[in-house]
Amino acid sequence: MSSSLKPEESVKQTLEPPKSTLGINGWLKKNLFNSFFNSILTVVSVLVIYFILKGSITWVFTTAQWAVVTENYRLFMVGQYTIDQLWRVWTCLGFVSLLFGLSAGIWKGTIRNLSIVLMLLYLVHTIVPFVSSTGKMWLAINIAIILAGYFIGPRLPKSKAITLVGWFISFPLIIFLLNGFGVFSPVKTNIWGGLLLTLLISVVAILGSFPIGILLALGRTSKLPIIKYFCITYIEIIRGIPLITVFFMAQIMIPLFLPEGFEINNVIRVMIGATLFTAAYMAENVRGGLQSLQRGQFEAAKAIGLNPVHSMAFIIMPQALRAVIPAIVGQSISMFKDTTLVAIVGLIDLLGIAQTVKANPEFLGRHMEVYVFIALVYWVIAYSMSYSSRRLEKSLGVGER
Amino acid sequence: MGKRKNSLSVLLASLFLIFALFLAGCTSDEDASTDEPSTTDDGGSDDGGSDTTSGDEGESSTEGSTLATVEDRGYVVVGGNGQLPGFGYVNSDGENVGFDVDFGKAIAAAIFDDPEAIEVRPLSAQERFTALQTGEIDILIRNTTWTTTRDTELGTHFAPTTFYDGQGIMVTKESGITTLAELEGARIGVETGTTTELNLADQFRKLGITYEQVVFDDSDSLVEAYESGSVDAWTTDKSGLVSRQATLTEPEAHKILSEALSKEPLGPTVRQGDDQWFNIVKWVTFATIEAEELGINSENIEEFMDSEDPVIRRFLGNEGELGAMMGLPNDFAYRVIKHVGNYDEIFARHLGPDTVFNLERGLNENWTNGGLLYSPPFR
Repeated sequence: MSSSLKPEESVKQTLEPPKSTLGINGWLKKNLFNSFFNSILTVVSVLVIYFILKGSITWVFTTAQWAVVTENYRLFMVGQYTIDQLWRVWTCLGFVSLLFGLSAGIWKGTIRNLSIVLMLLYLVHTIVPFVSSTGKMWLAINIAIILAGYFIGPRLPKSKAITLVGWFISFPLIIFLLNGFGVFSPVKTNIWGGLLLTLLISVVAILGSFPIGILLALGRTSKLPIIKYFCITYIEIIRGIPLITVFFMAQIMIPLFLPEGFEINNVIRVMIGATLFTAAYMAENVRGGLQSLQRGQFEAAKAIGLNPVHSMAFIIMPQALRAVIPAIVGQSISMFKDTTLVAIVGLIDLLGIAQTVKANPEFLGRHMEVYVFIALVYWVIAYSMSYSSRRLEKSLGVGER
Repeated sequence: MGKRKNSLSVLLASLFLIFALFLAGCTSDEDASTDEPSTTDDGGSDDGGSDTTSGDEGESSTEGSTLATVEDRGYVVVGGNGQLPGFGYVNSDGENVGFDVDFGKAIAAAIFDDPEAIEVRPLSAQERFTALQTGEIDILIRNTTWTTTRDTELGTHFAPTTFYDGQGIMVTKESGITTLAELEGARIGVETGTTTELNLADQFRKLGITYEQVVFDDSDSLVEAYESGSVDAWTTDKSGLVSRQATLTEPEAHKILSEALSKEPLGPTVRQGDDQWFNIVKWVTFATIEAEELGINSENIEEFMDSEDPVIRRFLGNEGELGAMMGLPNDFAYRVIKHVGNYDEIFARHLGPDTVFNLERGLNENWTNGGLLYSPPFR
């Protein structure tokens, strides 16, 4: 268009910007009222949005009685975990905060944003009135830990190695702290509950399913018939049954099969069930990644003299996994949300505690508040996961090459 | 090509084989999860009748004495309901409380002189009997209806009924309905998968009333539908109806029909094969009922300690060897009443006029007041 204009005219136009993009009115006219039907559509949409917003805001601020959430806040977070042992949960949280702070300082980027979100969450909790003063003290300590980690992290010698080791031992350490295992007074797993239990089950399932899934995927592509058919059978059976069936098996059938006096804790049973279930899906995701690689990659690895283990570890897997990050994260998010099913088999995870809380005669009929609250919690966590995956994809250049 | 075809057929064949095996292996599991599909039963009548797994496990798993196991462990494991208002729930301090929980506490008080020596395992309707049979819990107190199947095939023993419930129907006063027969053509809301659904169908078929059944997954959505007027009436256990009525926006605008659709006697359950443990649970439960009859409660119990009445002296363990006969200290009843209270106190604490439920004793009145609670003599 500009090429058809004479030079002096184009100068004139740059001096006088087109009116249609000027100000709010111009923008409105261009985007919302540019034709008769679009104008009608705009008006209708605005009305619909107005009524929905008005309804929800009135409900949130006037009808809803949030006491059911605030007074049971501790239950939602840690379930019935013994009150005088709560310092153990806080210590675990402090350790995780430290790792977040250190990682944020060292790697910046996504983990820094996540740490900021974490810090904001802590901050919000220090401000709201219903958190106890000890809780606020712990939260303040946690904020300090993140900040300290952030500034000290990059200056520490071998900081990367330390932080990585920290992440690796974090999970066993947390389990050790929570349970006690004889060193501290034992806190039985059946009173672990709320968000704590939800996070533990999903972390175990997601982390545990990863190595098993990779092995199954490799097994499925193996040339040895026994391994191959075993893996295929496993994957297809698990994928063919619903997760709730797996949980019912874990809760109801396994105790009947076990010998007399031999008991596996019900939380452990559910964790095993969830891990084995996710592993089958993980295996198929990883296999998808393996298939996306060209034959040439395998041959090239062979050509430079790598043995099968090395070529898998250094050539094939890094590329295969990179290609399926979105699928793996999607699987993890769905596993995280699927942990709610344990509420049906008698564990009190976040959903389970919600159902328990709404049975409290003091709060009868306040189920909407409870469900809205836990939905918000699930959303915050699931969105953080999908956000980090998007950032990870970007930094690894998935889909750009 | 031929090779590939061959391996494909092997794969298919093996998959089918395994699938078939799997199906065969899973049949019993399927039963377990479909027979009692009620997930969040809010009433006592959640049983789908038959439950799988026969009682064999129950007998085999109780070779040792439950009492000895419990004493070694130091606390009683009670299988309970964590989500039933009034009967079992977790309060804001994270403690398990409720009518059912208190009977668990009574057992603990009798054995350990400490009502807090219990651990409550929240159980779903489906897993409760498995948990009892496998010894995961010592006693099941989870609004469980006493039925023939459960008492025989499932290998459980029912201790005395602690709460007589029955299915009822709630309607609005405005509708002017007073009897079941007037519900002709009405839309009736019911929770799916519970026996309330079956009882409703049975009763209305018997009376020859046509009605439209509207099923809901949980009681909250059912109550909301009723309040918004999309169903004309709704049904669940009477105790559930009463407790829900208190939370409606206009409680006075509704009423519960006096006719009952079913009998739901709820009580503690133990596994078969350990008579001593069964006796303990039975007589601890009776102790709460007997204490009410004798007028003994947790406040005035000390005054009765030097009573001359032989009945009271035997009951409180000042005379005779009643406790020792079942492996308990002789003053077990004293401990129960001291720590947990008599039946009246337990009822008032969780369901009585001071609670939102404001339930009438009704059938759950002592026999001396025209109710069904009757304790055999302590002698």
